[in-house]
Amino acid sequence: MDHVDTTTRALATPGRDGSDAPAERAPGHRRTPLGTRLAHDYPVLLLAVPGMLIILAFQYYPLLGNVIAFQDYQPYLGIDKSLWVGLDNFRILVDGDPAFLNALVNTLILTLIQVVFVFPAPIILAIVLNNLVSGRLRQTVQSIVYLPHFLSWVIVVAIFQQMLGGAGMINNWLRSTGMEPFHIIGNADLFRALLTSQVIWKDTGWTTILFLAVIAGIDRSLYEAASADGAGRLRQMWHITLPGMRPIIVLLLILRLGDSLTVGFEQIILQQTAVGTHVSEVLDTYVYNNGIIGGQWGVAAAVGLAKGVVGLLLVLGANKLAHLFGEEGVYRA
Amino acid sequence: MTATRHHDARPATTGAPATRAARPRRKHPILLDGQPYPKLPERIGNGIALTVISLLVIVPFISIVSTSISTPEHVIRSGGMVLFPSGGVDFTAYESIFTGGVVTRAIQVSAFITIVGTALALTLTATLGWALSRRGTVGNRVMLLLVLVSLLFNPGMIPVYLVVQQFGLLNTLWSVIVPTCVSAFNVIVVRSFFMNIPAEVMDSARMDGASEWQIFRHIGLPLSKAVLAVIGLFYGVGYWNAFFSAMLYIGDSSLWPLQLVLRTYVVQGVPMGAQDLGTAAEAMPPQTTIQMAILVISIIPILCVYPFLQKHFAKGVLTGAVKG
Repeated sequence: MDHVDTTTRALATPGRDGSDAPAERAPGHRRTPLGTRLAHDYPVLLLAVPGMLIILAFQYYPLLGNVIAFQDYQPYLGIDKSLWVGLDNFRILVDGDPAFLNALVNTLILTLIQVVFVFPAPIILAIVLNNLVSGRLRQTVQSIVYLPHFLSWVIVVAIFQQMLGGAGMINNWLRSTGMEPFHIIGNADLFRALLTSQVIWKDTGWTTILFLAVIAGIDRSLYEAASADGAGRLRQMWHITLPGMRPIIVLLLILRLGDSLTVGFEQIILQQTAVGTHVSEVLDTYVYNNGIIGGQWGVAAAVGLAKGVVGLLLVLGANKLAHLFGEEGVYRA
Repeated sequence: MTATRHHDARPATTGAPATRAARPRRKHPILLDGQPYPKLPERIGNGIALTVISLLVIVPFISIVSTSISTPEHVIRSGGMVLFPSGGVDFTAYESIFTGGVVTRAIQVSAFITIVGTALALTLTATLGWALSRRGTVGNRVMLLLVLVSLLFNPGMIPVYLVVQQFGLLNTLWSVIVPTCVSAFNVIVVRSFFMNIPAEVMDSARMDGASEWQIFRHIGLPLSKAVLAVIGLFYGVGYWNAFFSAMLYIGDSSLWPLQLVLRTYVVQGVPMGAQDLGTAAEAMPPQTTIQMAILVISIIPILCVYPFLQKHFAKGVLTGAVKG
């Protein structure tokens, strides 16, 4: 963290802040009474108020709403009048309710698929791009592959349907050449492959930015030394480029692990009706379908709460693990 | 990144100073990482791979635009999607969606959400970022901690829904705008830019009697135009693309933004009738053509801001990434 801080001056931990730059502080600030300090600082505080209110209202205040995970919440009664049921809502997590288990298993399968197929894609693309001789061509390809990141999921799903659907480009072409059309959209067996290819199409280019920047930052004398020792290009990639990318790879893996109970919510909710819930239900869609659509507020909130807590623990745990392996991780606490 | 900087600072010891000097601009034919020049087969392989990847991204766009401007006969003959509008060009699909039906209204709604949302988001993010950059003020550390910790967790869909409901925002466009108008991540990025403004500049302004607000307005904001532009564009793209919050909070279909119209009429394939479009029934273009026209309309704003985004975003993303 330390060297990162001094080079980018990005995320200064609160602890560092107070002691960092006494020059910016009004003289004798520390010892002045609170009233005087408020009188002096109120213009700054006023600037902070609207933004802080939004964060408190939509990040912290909703945490209280999680109490309905312990209630038989009825919207017309509200939180104060709904019945308390203790841990009843969590029973479905423990008792192995089939619909919940299905959602959990689907979530984990999709996460695993993403780590295996989606995660390495930008690394490979970055290496291929890096090996391009022409800088202009590299820029052009980059401009093209970044673009899908800025499209909404609705647009991406629509594009995939138009290309792969029954009346889509590919099936039109198959029919025109006299072959059998095949249905990818709405085919439950191919649903996971479809989701995966959509994620790859949308975000591979975008994530490549990071890896390219990291490659550009690798000490070039390492390559010169390796060349002098007779290492070929492949060997150099394996022993210099990839190890050079390791910290950022670990960082992104940690973030992914912390999100492992979150997979493609918008993407899935858009396509769920076509394939049914047995392959497409994940924890987030379970919460949405049972809570907001189905009215089982308490159970849905319990699942959401459990998911949030587990996700937080996963990030903290993965970060700790990264430190044990001598990596920077996401943050140091 | 640190490694490069140190390395570049050293005088070149080996015999390629020209390459070295040119490297930061990346315009000359050398590899980013200074590896030896690849052999011809590898270059051909790279070229083919990248051409295929680029085509996979571009071809769908071409096809969508082509279908939206193809004549009805051509679309029907090709069974749906068209790769090139070979049978002439026809803009009736665009005319019919702009005649004041569902799509026209959705464009207005999306434009409202995007413009008002971005303005609000940018204002609140800049002011909060500024306040957090003024170290040593009362409560600064507590507020910073609150912002940072909020990055670690997600309060959950149901509780946020209840809060939106409790504030009476359900079925209003504010439900899409307000909950996401302060991104803690962007606040931190803006703050770090403000903190790079030399203290001397602000001190001298203060000596001249400038108030905190004047310093923010006349020194902080102008010096951070670039980052504010990028963050504004990111908020803008986010609001234009807002789909889930609208689906969650807005039940009234007359308040639907474009993304929900897209979902209903393109993804779910609900046929558009003449009354949805505001045209006469006999003038109806084929459904596919209308769908593709809506799709094109929803992509165009992104394409318009894309060049501006691209100029800055690599830098913005990197600042973000290094921080985690």
